[in-house]
Amino acid sequence: MPDEAPNISQKYIEFTVDGEVYSVRNGLSIMDACDMVGIYVPRLCDSDGLVPQGSCRVCSVKQNGRTVAACTQPLENGAVIENETLEIKNYRRDLVRMLFHEGNHLCPICEASGRCELQAMAYRLGISQATKYPYLQPVRPVDASHPDIALDNNRCILCGRCIRASRDVDGKNVFEYVGRGIHKRIGVNADCLANTDASIDDYAMSLDVCPVGCIIRKGEGFFAPIGERQFDSAPIGTQAQNPDSRLIPVKQYDPQDDT
Amino acid sequence: MRKKRIATASLAGCFGCHMSLLDIDERIIDLMKVAEFDRSPLNDFKKFTRRCDIGLIEGGCCNEDNVHVLREFRKNCDVLVAVGQCAIMGGLPVMRNAIMHSEDPLRECLDEAYKASPKVMNPENQIPNDPALPLLLDKVYTLVDVVKVDYQIPGCPPSGDVLWTALSALIKGEPPELDWALIKYD
Repeated sequence: MPDEAPNISQKYIEFTVDGEVYSVRNGLSIMDACDMVGIYVPRLCDSDGLVPQGSCRVCSVKQNGRTVAACTQPLENGAVIENETLEIKNYRRDLVRMLFHEGNHLCPICEASGRCELQAMAYRLGISQATKYPYLQPVRPVDASHPDIALDNNRCILCGRCIRASRDVDGKNVFEYVGRGIHKRIGVNADCLANTDASIDDYAMSLDVCPVGCIIRKGEGFFAPIGERQFDSAPIGTQAQNPDSRLIPVKQYDPQDDT
Repeated sequence: MRKKRIATASLAGCFGCHMSLLDIDERIIDLMKVAEFDRSPLNDFKKFTRRCDIGLIEGGCCNEDNVHVLREFRKNCDVLVAVGQCAIMGGLPVMRNAIMHSEDPLRECLDEAYKASPKVMNPENQIPNDPALPLLLDKVYTLVDVVKVDYQIPGCPPSGDVLWTALSALIKGEPPELDWALIKYD
């Protein structure tokens, strides 16, 4: 930690990521600063345009030796960030592995396979070792009452992106967390999804929001063939690491665009 | 150097992973120079002739015979490898563990398969229960639930390249190192 108190009036601050020195404007979170200089910090619960929440902890980095969530932690002047060290990578690997064990993540049958951020994160982190945790195999109810949308809570990783998208972007408050601890899950603000004002055109229901296959857009499954899916050709985060292409939005082919 | 002995078995699987093993194409000639198959459906050996170096298991455990075979593999193989998603985390058969709102998911699964389905013609309303059939387990278990597994090769099925890379390493006695392009869960 630097000895002097942080100077908030300072316009630009310097920081170090894995030994490289960068400079960004003051007042950013660690993740925003890293994005700005083209360094990818792995993330699941954070998404562009949504308020950071810091619940998945996959973006954990070390700032001056302390483990913090990069998406919520403000960047300090002169901070020394560790992002791709073995220790941090092992943290992330175990976190993602536990997410796989807490739900029913059956990639062979899931329509999100290939564009699933959880799966892509596991590929990026190289998770192929024999497991050391037991599988929870939950039996949570599936809500298929809505004509256009289905919710499979067994695939949910509780990232809360749909909650924030529905509340802050759509202004509808369709989703909220219910329960605590291991019983925590995503609930809707009615007895079932069909009785809420959720619509297939909501941002919360778009392909950008749910990182896994929990929010299912009915009738659209498996629209991209194997080989052309979002994460088939490059690991997740490749765009962020290349500053030139960072601003090109990654859009998936959507069958509705054709009509 | 003596040839490494490989044993394979398909438990609650679809034999897709065994088919994928044949996808290594002409590299199988190189494989046979350094390895030979012992107990395996590929050569139809039903029993172990002697101790093996590498055991490849496809599929999880859905009946008591699967558990029996798996324990025998653990006993007779130095290195046990879970091949494919079914062996690693249950795969498609494990879906029967998560049948909603059911006290007895196995019963519900059998009823749907043999009685309730509109496509089934079963006037005597019988569910197969011949004593020769292995007893079904209450739920589908992954390999790590039953025995210690040393390595896993992910994929549904793992491509020929993954199997080749992993097998080459295992035959050399090294842990398989899979890079990004080879790790696939589907």
